Amino acid sequence: MSETAATAVMPVIRIEHLYKEYLTGAGAVPVLHELDVTVMPGEFVAIMGPSGSGKSTFMNILGCLDVATRGSYWLNGRDVNQQSSDELAHLRNQVIGFVFQGFNLLPRASLEDNVALPLIYRGVKRAERLARAYEMLEKVGLGQYRYSRPNQISGGQQQRVAIARALVNQPKLILADEPTGNLDTHTSQEIMALFTELNQRDGITVVLVTHEADIAGYAQRLVRLTDGNIVYDGPVEHAAEHLESTA
Amino acid sequence: MIGAMLSEAWQAMHANRMRTFLTMLGMVIGVGAVIMMLAIGQGVQQKVAASIASMGSNLFIILSGSTTSGGARMGSGAVPTLTVSDAQALEELPGIAAVAPAQPGTAQLVYGPNNWSTQVYGTTPSYLTVRDWTMASGANFTDSDVRSATRVALLGQTVVQNLFGSEDPIGKTIRIKNSPYVVLGVLGAKGQSLDGRDQDDTVIVPVTTAQRKLFGSQFAGSVRFIMAQAVSADAMPAAEKAMNELLRQRHHIRNGEDDDFSVRNLTAMANTAAETTQVLSLMLGAIASISLLVGGIGIMNIMLVSVTERTREIGIRMAIGACGRDVLLQFLLEAIIISIIGCFIGVLLGIGGALVVEKVTGLGVVVTVMSIVLAFSVAAAVGIFFGWYPARKASRLKPIDALRFQ
Repeated sequence: MSETAATAVMPVIRIEHLYKEYLTGAGAVPVLHELDVTVMPGEFVAIMGPSGSGKSTFMNILGCLDVATRGSYWLNGRDVNQQSSDELAHLRNQVIGFVFQGFNLLPRASLEDNVALPLIYRGVKRAERLARAYEMLEKVGLGQYRYSRPNQISGGQQQRVAIARALVNQPKLILADEPTGNLDTHTSQEIMALFTELNQRDGITVVLVTHEADIAGYAQRLVRLTDGNIVYDGPVEHAAEHLESTA
Repeated sequence: MIGAMLSEAWQAMHANRMRTFLTMLGMVIGVGAVIMMLAIGQGVQQKVAASIASMGSNLFIILSGSTTSGGARMGSGAVPTLTVSDAQALEELPGIAAVAPAQPGTAQLVYGPNNWSTQVYGTTPSYLTVRDWTMASGANFTDSDVRSATRVALLGQTVVQNLFGSEDPIGKTIRIKNSPYVVLGVLGAKGQSLDGRDQDDTVIVPVTTAQRKLFGSQFAGSVRFIMAQAVSADAMPAAEKAMNELLRQRHHIRNGEDDDFSVRNLTAMANTAAETTQVLSLMLGAIASISLLVGGIGIMNIMLVSVTERTREIGIRMAIGACGRDVLLQFLLEAIIISIIGCFIGVLLGIGGALVVEKVTGLGVVVTVMSIVLAFSVAAAVGIFFGWYPARKASRLKPIDALRFQ
């Protein structure tokens, strides 16, 4: 295998024997059991599962916000277990774009400043920060609201701003944790259309967690978790029995 | 990076204006108190230093001694044991720069329609040297005036004001105890002495004139006290010893017998007074520093609340790529900005307060650049010191815990 070939096929996410337990007063409670998942560049993966199946924990580990108890995780070819906390921050900044259920925008800052926030931690100059933030806001169709505050726009628009923020550092991977959980059906469809566009047109890898079957239907691949085990991993089309909503 | 952090810190402070203001107030009061107290302390110190300087430097005063009469011991100066010739002999000692005998008394002065009662010193021309006293106008009398006991006088500023008003007294004749004296010169202003006397309310005449013509003297040639100036501060102990020995010899005092005079080191006494005021101003500063400390604790308190309140925000920032250092810097900057701005206002307020004190009490206050620099650097240090712990606490949060915080 030549080096170029190796980089061309390098998985965005490679997880082997990932195990996670939480320590509680009652002792160790296992949440994820020996998971093995590989996500290649350009994939659109939906993770489904009932409440308590461990999908949020899994997402947090994928996003380098939490660490596994055992097992290996390579993100974009880097062994996450070997990274210092500063290097992890760098990975979150450069490789991953986060989209949360609750949008998680800074209420005091303008939309433009919110979108530009990740660039601060990359040391980008102010003029360029604002230019790129505006570009991203335009991309999600909110350019005219650049000076507004998050509480002045609708939930769907706030999620678009959050997506713009996730995109501003041109990440390889977008991690979305229930991105439509707080939105109505129509707005959800708009947001999912945006993810699909980013995946298909820009080739960004998208991994999202959801419990709604029609949201998961936008993805190409479905990973279904139950009690910390992967019970299905395959194309969405052949997964009718795994696609019922779990809310 | 720092620019972005500064504007973020500003936003956070702006969002909690009232709280920021109150936190700052602690700093403002602390710094203001320090500046004001140092200014007052410096003012007092300077006043004392000026009084000491007006007394003359490296000064001894030799008082004539006490006597025992029927078992009752009299105080110093009860017996006129010191003479002008003692003074002349002392002047020959090594380490002594100048000596002036003094025979004081009170007399009524008259010029035209005005009269004034004041202290009249009979002394020699070197009295001005010993007291570091300058002439405002006219000239000092001379040794020949002393030898021939001429009726000439030097007037202090207060006396000039009371007798002459705006008139030029040089060459005029005043009457002291009804005898005419020619005014040779006017002394420069000296202000208050350490014990609060007006040093300018005085008249100086030749010592012989005072002894023979003005006050008379039980014993010919005796004086109440002698002032002596050492050549330097270092020479003072040796000079004191030499003077004691010489005077005991001249007064024929046998070993074991008490001195009939006493030598006092005025400069040492003055230095004690100076040290006292120095301690006083240090104490004022120390008490004010406590309020600065309390202000610093206020900053820490508010920053801790702020960190808890903004835990979720910290989580968001970490999720999108802030590392611990970035979070630390953000909160530290906020604490420093609060303390620096508070300090700036405090300096202005402290100077203002010092000026008000000056106006109200008439006490001179001195705001030095040094005290401002000191207050500023202490305030910045307080901001960093008390901002450090909350900022570090924020930076050490785990991203996942911070994000989950409700």
